[in-house]
Amino acid sequence: MAAPAEQASPPVAAAPIGTGVAAKGSVRFGAAAEAILVPIGALAVSLLLFGLFTAFAGVSPLDVYYNLANGAFGSWFSIQNTLTRASPLILTALCTALPAQLGLMIIGGEGALVIGGLFATMAGVGLAGAPPIVVQVGMAVVGMIAGGLWIALAGGLRHYRGVNETISSLLLVYIAIAILNHVVEGPFRDPKSLNKPSSPSIGDANLIGTIPGTEIHWGLVLGIIACILAYILINHTVFGFSARVAGGNVRAARMVGLPVGKLILITCFLGGAAAGLAGMIEVAAVQERANASLIAGYGYTGILVSFLARHNPLAIVPVAILLGGIGASGGMLQRHLGLPDAATVVLQGILFIVILASEVMYGRIALFKKKEA
Amino acid sequence: MAIDLSMNRRRLLQGAAALGGAAAFGGVLPRRAFAKDFTVGFIYVGPHDDYGYNQAHALGAAAVKKMPGVKVLEEENVPEDVAVEKTMESMITQDGAALLFPTSFGYFDPHILKLAPKYPDVRFEHAAGLWNDKMPKNIGSYFGYIFEAQYINGIVAGFMSKSKKLGFVAAKPIPQVLQNINAFTLGARSVDPTITTQVIFTGEWSLAVKEAEATNSMVDQGADVVTCHVDSPKVVVQTAAKRGIFVCGYHCSQAELAPEAYLTGAEWNWTELYPKFVDTQMKGGSIPNFVRGGFKEGLVKQSPYGPKVTAEAKAKADEMKAKITSGEFVIFKGPLKDNKGGVAIADGADLKETPEGNPKLESMGFLVEGVLGSTG
Repeated sequence: MAAPAEQASPPVAAAPIGTGVAAKGSVRFGAAAEAILVPIGALAVSLLLFGLFTAFAGVSPLDVYYNLANGAFGSWFSIQNTLTRASPLILTALCTALPAQLGLMIIGGEGALVIGGLFATMAGVGLAGAPPIVVQVGMAVVGMIAGGLWIALAGGLRHYRGVNETISSLLLVYIAIAILNHVVEGPFRDPKSLNKPSSPSIGDANLIGTIPGTEIHWGLVLGIIACILAYILINHTVFGFSARVAGGNVRAARMVGLPVGKLILITCFLGGAAAGLAGMIEVAAVQERANASLIAGYGYTGILVSFLARHNPLAIVPVAILLGGIGASGGMLQRHLGLPDAATVVLQGILFIVILASEVMYGRIALFKKKEA
Repeated sequence: MAIDLSMNRRRLLQGAAALGGAAAFGGVLPRRAFAKDFTVGFIYVGPHDDYGYNQAHALGAAAVKKMPGVKVLEEENVPEDVAVEKTMESMITQDGAALLFPTSFGYFDPHILKLAPKYPDVRFEHAAGLWNDKMPKNIGSYFGYIFEAQYINGIVAGFMSKSKKLGFVAAKPIPQVLQNINAFTLGARSVDPTITTQVIFTGEWSLAVKEAEATNSMVDQGADVVTCHVDSPKVVVQTAAKRGIFVCGYHCSQAELAPEAYLTGAEWNWTELYPKFVDTQMKGGSIPNFVRGGFKEGLVKQSPYGPKVTAEAKAKADEMKAKITSGEFVIFKGPLKDNKGGVAIADGADLKETPEGNPKLESMGFLVEGVLGSTG
């Protein structure tokens, strides 16, 4: 991860595309068109490359595209499937995207999710008997604080001790998983969970349920709200502006008296809180208890989502839906075309590389440049 | 530079056009499922070719595939969360599956329990779950007493070991794993009571690095036969073979990975069970909700003996296998000491394997005398 982390810093600072040349309207239009067309072009190139790949694997690319489209968006069931899978990714992506505004590369969202889920479960079990809304809010608050502190720890190590936050946040994932396993296999184990050590259940009544008329749980809505709040925070508040200044040039930020340490800790806390909330939702919407099923890799896929969205909180939502769709249709590729599960990993990898490579296209495509002249 | 980039743009446009064309064309492609086929779905938590737990199920699926009029769907690497719920639903609603085998333990609660009431016409068959009559009737749970085969592994290991030190690489200290460690040790100690089994818990079902480290460290300590209970025994088998010691397999046969070092193995016999289940369900019959069994019921089997196994070992192993099959011999029978000097099973008591399940057996929490290691 070291290479992308280093490369990512300059584009991060330039997050809102075209801010530097916003004076001319036509340029702005060009930039907006660019911001939409470049990723769509990258997506198309990725699918083309993936088609070539599957053709080599002996499967017709047309069949592949059909199954991808059908499995992800082909029916109401597919759409719900896609959105359900996207919802944890939206929140875990924020765990990378928020600190990225400061130029920090946090890749430990998985750890914050696990710790958030674990502590939320403890809160849920501890609040047993209270009205469901109290239990749910309690779980969310505790989960967010736990996840937030977990990533703030990585931020603190970076600020006070100079420890590389990419490495420390990644290593904290292993510690989080070890804590989860220890707690649910030992002091917090439901004695009835014989062959799958688990915490006690939070109880059916305390589950957060689904959006009326759908089978999508409320996690999706919470994720979208979190992204909107994050967008406002970054782009329309003094705090966000300060964070971006510090992300652009730490020394300059210190010169003008910005509290860089505080910015790092708060931003990391908010990112971790988002992932912690994802953990809480996994428990309160899906698992009902804490156990090893929380370790499903959503934290890692969230890194991919954040990078593909260029760390823009609003772009995270469609990107997460795209990756949710790949997850939802991956099964179709296996079942109908006999491709291995690794095929979806290949598609994700191709997307990641092509989108990172497409960053060089910004400001260089003649079509958009002409308008500038 | 400009030429280069416009080429790129052209390529983008071509890509977009191709994509649009594909989407339009895709819409008219025929659906692949045939309505008249009986559709069966298999879901695995790991790769279907892992030389282990998942492969054993996939071999069962392959046996079902050979049946006429049956269409088999398979999906691998499905995590134990909302993903498995969506995979099951997708198999049901989009492919018309009427019988599902979600094979990982963690798929049961809450995922299968949540979906079964919603699709009462679909049959859910789950490995290792503990179905009880308060649960939906369209769920079945089945599992094999595979520790019977681990006992036979232990006998063969007991004959083949010169150092009298055996090794067991285990995932987690849960009842199913403890049954295997204990049975393996009891089998070996029935040959020579001075034999000990060193157990190392890796803490995870699939953690190749730790499995290799555990195997290596046991060889370093003098173990000359090892076996394991992890999702994929591949690493343990290969590491043992590389270090020049013997190994007993688990889940399915790993003989081809180590033809010389492989003694025998404890295998699931899903290739026999699954076609039976599918046949019953196709003909409108009812599969029992709770199925348990060992050698006798044909749910587990023994890998063929490897080339190095002595005639003496084979004879004893075959003899005991026959006695277990007939029910004449019970593996967990008192008096039995645990490895802390306490009483595991009192004199006259036993933890007999029964077709209706034995709660005491399914909640085993001790390690028998002769096992070096602890559960906590």
